[in-house]
Amino acid sequence: MTVAALHEYLEQSARRYPQRCAAVEASSGRQITYGELDALSDQVRDHIRRIGVRPADRVGICLPKSIASLAVLFGILKVGAAYVPVDSLAPPARNAFIFNDCGVRAIFVEASRAETLRCELARLAAGPCLLSLDWSDSPSPLATYLARVEADGLAVEDESARPGPDNLAYVLYTSGSTGQPKGVMLTHRNGSSYVDWCSEILAPDENDRFSSHAPFHFDLSILDIFVPLKHGATVFLIGEELGKNPTRMASVIAERQLTVWYSTPSVLTLLVEHGSLDARDDHALRFILFAGEVFPVKHLRRLKAVAPRARYLNLYGPTETNVCTYYEIPQTIAEDRSAPFPIGRACSHVKARVIDANGRDVPRGQEGELAISGAPVMLGYWNMPERTSAAFHVDSSGRWYRTGDVVIEGDGGVYTFRGRRDRMVKRRGYRIELGEIETALYRHPAISEVAAIARSEESGVSIKVFYASRDGHALSLIELKRFCAHNLPAYMAPDWFSHQQLLPKTSTDKIDYQHLMRME
Amino acid sequence: MNAIQIRTMAKDFILKEFLPGERPENLTDSTELITDGILDSLATLKLVAYLEKSCGIEIAPDELVPENLNSIAQIANFVQSKQAST
Repeated sequence: MTVAALHEYLEQSARRYPQRCAAVEASSGRQITYGELDALSDQVRDHIRRIGVRPADRVGICLPKSIASLAVLFGILKVGAAYVPVDSLAPPARNAFIFNDCGVRAIFVEASRAETLRCELARLAAGPCLLSLDWSDSPSPLATYLARVEADGLAVEDESARPGPDNLAYVLYTSGSTGQPKGVMLTHRNGSSYVDWCSEILAPDENDRFSSHAPFHFDLSILDIFVPLKHGATVFLIGEELGKNPTRMASVIAERQLTVWYSTPSVLTLLVEHGSLDARDDHALRFILFAGEVFPVKHLRRLKAVAPRARYLNLYGPTETNVCTYYEIPQTIAEDRSAPFPIGRACSHVKARVIDANGRDVPRGQEGELAISGAPVMLGYWNMPERTSAAFHVDSSGRWYRTGDVVIEGDGGVYTFRGRRDRMVKRRGYRIELGEIETALYRHPAISEVAAIARSEESGVSIKVFYASRDGHALSLIELKRFCAHNLPAYMAPDWFSHQQLLPKTSTDKIDYQHLMRME
Repeated sequence: MNAIQIRTMAKDFILKEFLPGERPENLTDSTELITDGILDSLATLKLVAYLEKSCGIEIAPDELVPENLNSIAQIANFVQSKQAST
């Protein structure tokens, strides 16, 4: 069942299974049927049309993960507009930058965050319409909001838009090396080609119960949202607070009989280490999917011992392509294995090759950059034509997205990840440009020089910041952490700070990162 | 265990585990631990495990919220209320 537009998955399932449960808020237990979710998102569609949102516009989402934010997302798609989700807990200035950069027409925002966001937008002279949902006075803030703003009643006006497959569906902002996030533009075809591949691999049906752990601004959410809704299954929305609480998450997995779990390895490790997942053997997991970072084999082995009946897939892909290779972890992991598993073979909906700096194919067995072409590859970066063209290699065989990931192709077309060719790192599944951390810290009035480096450790990637201060004294660690909390998303906060009188320099007077890597 | 003892114990643990090298006077009873990024989610879990062990209390998953743990003063109040109810 291939669709032209992503919201058709919901519409088709609503016709087929109007009474089935589409989504559950795992914390509160609130749920919504397919018929209700379809109707609620129709109301969102009609309301935002009335305030002037048109096809090809962008609409921001700055809401906690909830049934309301899910209905908002579909309402935006039904207008033919693209949704732009952000981390509602991220610094308001960063979110305002994103919304301004993307030129959103309107923003759905949690009431308690509306005023600070409005102030930050005003500083940028941006004035999108803020649609404020208040959880403090209603467990159904969207219905309450719609009832208030559409006091005359919302008659369903007309049909949903039928955007073409190459129309923009969502823009996901990722860390940018220049210090500001950049918007990855993804179309309906980008999303649906991936969703259809997931159908092929997972063979889901209406009895499946999917986790939705990743926030909506993270590309893992595309599987979580659209795959269950395509098949009439149920998605369990795991919000920010629950998502950090391993004991409660383990209970949700068992008590709600989830059948498909998808998250970063860090979250799975947290579940095994702190969630007493091993104390429960009553779960129904048939697939455990992970992506976003390397899964240390030690932790993966423990997880497999706890949930031996599930199939384990390592999914790999940057936001620009979403998942493009995958590897099924064997039933038994050799006792002496410590090397991480490969990222695997190309998915059936993409073509993959390994190229050198000039775009020439690299012989099998040698390191090169993984390049991807096909239906899921992004349109480009929002408003950044030069960055977009630099990200692609174009030749007679097509338009290839250069992932920046250095890989080796082994037997059977299986790729093994070897590292990055730039300063991007992945931690807890999030992409982090070390330059964005440095840019944020340079804004601190007492700091004169900053360099951030990443180290791979057994527990994952850690980020260390070296800095020099204007008065030569070390800053309070509390002050540094506080400054980061207010200027960077939580996932970018450095793990370590080290004060230096001056940072080491190369002969060309640049910061000597190689020297810093050797320090300690 | 009185409030002062709990505060001292929590402060010493946070300084030692998560703020190596920090001057103790910079960590006050009202320093915002979670909202100011001093404790991330993993650090919060470690702190909770420590409090459970050293104060002889059991903290339910639902109680792992910033309202209970966002400052040393809040931690002391929370631990005392747990001790009183056991």
